[in-house]
Amino acid sequence: MARSAFESRKYVIGGIAFVIVVTYIVRLAFLQLGSEEYKTNADNNAFFDNIIFPSRGVLYDRNGELLVYNQLAYDIMVVMREVEGLDTLDFCNTLGITKQDFDERMAVIKDRNRNPGYSSYTQQLFIGQMSAKDFSVFQEKMYRFRGFSVRERCIRRYATEHGAHILGDVAEVAPSDIERDPYYSPGDYIGKQGVERSYEQYLRGEKGVQILLRDARGRIQGHYRNGALDRKPVPGKNLTLSLDIKVQELGERLMEGKMGAIVAIEPKTGEVLCMVSAPSYDPRLLEGKERGKRMIEMSRDPMKPMLNRAILGTYPPGSTFKTSQALTFLQEGIINSQTLYPCSHGFHFGSLKVGCHAHAAPLAIEPAIATSCNSYFCWGLYHMFGNRRKYKNVQEAMTTWKDYMVSMGFGYKLGIDMPSEARGMIPNADYYDNAHKFSWSALSVISISIGQGEVTLTPLQIANLGATIANRGYYITPHVVKAIEGGKIADSLKVKHKTLVDPKNYEIVVNGMRRSVLGGTCHAANNPWYEVCGKTGTAQNRGHDHSVFMGFAPKDDPKIAVAVYVENGGWGATYGVPIGALLMEQYINGKLSEDSERKAEEIQHKTIGYGTRER
Amino acid sequence: MAQGNDNATIFKSIDWMTVCLYVILITWGWFSVCGASYDFSHPDVFGFGSNSGKQMIWAFTSFALAGVLLTIEKKFYDMGAYVIYGAMILLLIVTLVIAPDTKGSRSWIPLGPVKLQPAEFAKFAVALCLGKYMDRFNFNMHETKEFFKLVAIICVPIIIIICQKETGTALVYFTFFMVLYREGMTGSLLFTAFAVVVYFVVGIRFCEDTVSVNLPVIVGEFVVQLLCMIFTTFMTWIYTGNKTALKVMIGAGWGTVFLVILFSVYVIPFNVCLVMLVVNLLFVVYLIGLAVYERLFRYVLIAVFALMSTSFFYICHTMFDHLADHQRIRIEVLLGMKEDLRGAGYNVNQAKIAIGSGGLYGKGFLNGTQTKLKYVPEQDTDFIFCTVGEEEGFVGSAGVLVVYLLFIWRLIAVAERQTDTFGRVYGYSVLCIFLFHLFINVGMVLGLTPVIGIPLPFFSYGGSSLWGFTLLLFIFLRMDAERNMKRTTF
Repeated sequence: MARSAFESRKYVIGGIAFVIVVTYIVRLAFLQLGSEEYKTNADNNAFFDNIIFPSRGVLYDRNGELLVYNQLAYDIMVVMREVEGLDTLDFCNTLGITKQDFDERMAVIKDRNRNPGYSSYTQQLFIGQMSAKDFSVFQEKMYRFRGFSVRERCIRRYATEHGAHILGDVAEVAPSDIERDPYYSPGDYIGKQGVERSYEQYLRGEKGVQILLRDARGRIQGHYRNGALDRKPVPGKNLTLSLDIKVQELGERLMEGKMGAIVAIEPKTGEVLCMVSAPSYDPRLLEGKERGKRMIEMSRDPMKPMLNRAILGTYPPGSTFKTSQALTFLQEGIINSQTLYPCSHGFHFGSLKVGCHAHAAPLAIEPAIATSCNSYFCWGLYHMFGNRRKYKNVQEAMTTWKDYMVSMGFGYKLGIDMPSEARGMIPNADYYDNAHKFSWSALSVISISIGQGEVTLTPLQIANLGATIANRGYYITPHVVKAIEGGKIADSLKVKHKTLVDPKNYEIVVNGMRRSVLGGTCHAANNPWYEVCGKTGTAQNRGHDHSVFMGFAPKDDPKIAVAVYVENGGWGATYGVPIGALLMEQYINGKLSEDSERKAEEIQHKTIGYGTRER
Repeated sequence: MAQGNDNATIFKSIDWMTVCLYVILITWGWFSVCGASYDFSHPDVFGFGSNSGKQMIWAFTSFALAGVLLTIEKKFYDMGAYVIYGAMILLLIVTLVIAPDTKGSRSWIPLGPVKLQPAEFAKFAVALCLGKYMDRFNFNMHETKEFFKLVAIICVPIIIIICQKETGTALVYFTFFMVLYREGMTGSLLFTAFAVVVYFVVGIRFCEDTVSVNLPVIVGEFVVQLLCMIFTTFMTWIYTGNKTALKVMIGAGWGTVFLVILFSVYVIPFNVCLVMLVVNLLFVVYLIGLAVYERLFRYVLIAVFALMSTSFFYICHTMFDHLADHQRIRIEVLLGMKEDLRGAGYNVNQAKIAIGSGGLYGKGFLNGTQTKLKYVPEQDTDFIFCTVGEEEGFVGSAGVLVVYLLFIWRLIAVAERQTDTFGRVYGYSVLCIFLFHLFINVGMVLGLTPVIGIPLPFFSYGGSSLWGFTLLLFIFLRMDAERNMKRTTF
């Protein structure tokens, strides 16, 4: 029969069925087990992550005065994939932008280099921070612009025009931040400078998300799993700064027309009471959309208003440094409170001469501090570095000296809770071995004893020296944040750092500084209300000398330690002393007396001509 | 024999394994429809307002239909085959005239609340007719006249259905050629059809890339010429058994091409395809020479195949370039040359996303998102397999395919045990229809075959298709159940 001849063809047909099914199963395996790409696509399709931004923590000063807060603004968002039939002209007119702006912005959104997290399925920031007024115009027409939506955002507002360097600012996150921390997506805000930057983790809170289901036409079909996976935003933590905004304000006033810095610290706690860097700027300039433009303008200013000189400027400390020398010599037994050194208008040794002004000589340590005698400290260093019974060689003496300096917070970063800090310069033996090919002595480095030469400190370190003396031998890492609402400040900001010098030696230096106020270089700082201790500095400079003051008050229960550094201000007594005294008065008395107010007015209007020279 | 006894025998003789697989597929299908038509905001699985509720009614009425069909004797179909065929052709023509235009197609007849599509039901008529025709004593398919009559039986409904603008459904009728193959039609025809599809796909798909710098030829052209060479050689060997010719072709033809490729790669790159074209043309000349020498007509047929093959790439290309833009784009998207995710490629891409997102175990019953939020088009009819893929994952979707394979294999076995040509041809028609639907529908969802709107049997939502497939299957099961009776009767 014919049929049997073809019966074997059933295997061909069965085989075809088999091949089809196997092929499809292999294909299924590729699609379903091969890659996560389809899963991601599906989630992007169906899930619409509605990000809810938390409110950012606000900033208060130490007295509870509001400094920085939030205000509602509107971001225009776009989902590229959903933009359809857009009337570009109408759109641009509504937003008040040009076609060119529009094209540019769209190009930036799509550029993966500048917008690494780009996806045409997700919301991208088109225009940020529209005011309520501008937004209301757009809102009316929004239904016409498919693919565009609105996101409410908080923007930063400043209740004060002071403290820009400490407060810092907030702006759109940079691509490098997004790469480092997956928390951020393009268009998010991040602290850029100051406390906003260093306390970003606390201030930002945590974004919430609503997972919504979205159908093929982009309509929201409700919450995924009834919102079981949604997350509520966690508001950022409010910070109380250690700043006293009144002191800060006064400091900035007094520094008008000058360059330099003021730092005031509460010695017992290490809390920074004010931190002025002059010239400064109004933080409100950087609010909102104009930030970028203003930043560029300021960065081109030769006076560098954005530089926080209080922690980033490194200066020769001048005579304020002598206190640290006195402490070192006393502790090392090079001198005692009775040791006398001569001064004949300076320190003369062979051809070497370090000048000094006219005062009674020879003299002991306390009057030497009071009159700021250069010669005394040169002799001290000379005897220390030359003491071969105590130190094998000059290198060992130098190392001992350096250890004292480091224990007082010099030469390294203090660790303040700000984004960046300079460390200053305390030379060591290696440094001079390199510089002088191993042949050097106390005489080669004599100027370090009076805070000149290689030694540089930041104004913060000078203020910290004041705090150390006020505390008679220790300091707490200076910090600008006093408390975190519902949190704790870092333990590193509470540690007591003891210096290598005993408290009894500190008393001698404190007395010297007190005498300086009573009848020495700082007599302008004297007042009837409390006992001020101080030390002037006149730091030599290639140009006009810098005017420096370091002090604290009251003498026996110190509440405030201050460092004032006025670039090219001349004698320490010219600017440093009165400014320091006024700040102490403001902080301790809570206000200025009429007399002081007049003095403040006067200093405020004194201007130092700096030219336009780069510095 | 007494009627009661008959029925008892029939009941015992029903192929219960097939029935089981049928019920499994329908039930599985119903769950998929539930998943596909589930609405997150209005969960209502059993209500008659939802497609899942309606599908349940269709399923139960199908079971009833199956019961009724099992009582209708084979004799009825045997005698009525031509009448049924004629009536169906008439119905198709009437439909073409009276059917209202629904989405461009004129194939649906509205009957009160439901609509029926005669094209779905006409398949069984064609199957019966083919079986009846081939069951004649002394029927010989190799008589050209007889063969063309068979072709006519298949092609008449195809033409009418194409006129109804239901190209997809019409394509299904081509599956009857597979049945003819089982009954003795020469395999070279199927193979030629296969070769044409391969040439077309490869030739168009890779008409722009070149192989490499050292082999500067167009991939499509190169592969088509190579396949032409190989196919021609083996056809010559298989259909004539001429080993000398095989040696000549492999030695001279393949050898030359191989050397030329080496020359191009290692010495001077040049267009190898020209040489391959010449070699293929020489094959044609050689075959005609053999035909004359050996007086064997088959050589001529192979020569024609070779000539068509070798020129196919160039003809296709010329035609392709002259197609209208939208047609060309459709083809390009189908072949994966263009990613047109918003237009023609949208459906397939969304289907792939839905299936791909299922992973190994799927997202769970009623938890699929893509197939509910309407990302996948026709999610409860033509693209129902997406729901299986998304909610049941690889395990579920591979499971469905395996059950289908078992189902088809079982039908092959049942068809082979038929005692007459009528039953066997009908059985093969049924299983080939299922196979074709599976091949096209799942292939389309997986992005492997063109997007042709035909349902996945027992899974896709819809009464017409479910009834149609039940009708096909249970007529066959009744025929099969009578196999034991015949022995006792005669």
